[in-house]
Amino acid sequence: MGCIDELNYEILLPNSSFKECAEYIKKNFSEIYYVPAGYRIFENYLIGVPPIPIAVDGDDVILPYVKPCHGSFVLRIPGKEEMGRLRAVK
Amino acid sequence: MIKALLLMGCPELPVQTAAALYIANKLNREGFEVIAAGNRAALGLLLNSDPERHYIKKAIDIDRCIADLAEKKNDYDICFVFIHSDTGISYLATVKSLSKAKTVAVIFGKEIEPLIEASRDSKIIAAKAVHNPVLLRQQIDGVKSWAALMN
Repeated sequence: MGCIDELNYEILLPNSSFKECAEYIKKNFSEIYYVPAGYRIFENYLIGVPPIPIAVDGDDVILPYVKPCHGSFVLRIPGKEEMGRLRAVK
Repeated sequence: MIKALLLMGCPELPVQTAAALYIANKLNREGFEVIAAGNRAALGLLLNSDPERHYIKKAIDIDRCIADLAEKKNDYDICFVFIHSDTGISYLATVKSLSKAKTVAVIFGKEIEPLIEASRDSKIIAAKAVHNPVLLRQQIDGVKSWAALMN
């Protein structure tokens, strides 16, 4: 397992509900892939209500991230290495 | 042995630890293997309340627990997800996606109605409770046998 805290992330939407995070991604980005809960990305397993939207924007990945004590966030993370797998998601 | 997972969220509401130990006691009496998952704070409260492990036989970090479910390294027969916020609903949905376990939503806090609504496809144990565990305990006691619920 990896730690998101060690990545160079930017918080696009702080401390929200998971639904708000999913809506934010769908509303603000055009290249979106839907993955199941537990999808592995950046060596983490995504928590959330599936299907979970993940966006690709340039070289960045935009995803919802859930922390037990802090709620849900939308993060922008540089992630060229994840794009091949994401784009293969049907 | 039937494997039961207690998946705990942030321990900011005191009733969570009390409810987890109370459920663990009932499960132990029915012969379940009880495993608790949570972050460091939640597990710290739980294990400091049960230093000789009478109730909680095994504890694992919540991220490791989810990873093991996702990688199919481990699974459970029944999972109690402790929910007092939207985050708990996200964990419940994740467990339902990754595990074959029967899910039980243990809902508490001040505003429980939307949480109950979002947990409709699980067995629900719910009470408005923050500090006082009595109402939640009464709901837990309403289930006479967790083993029977598995059938």
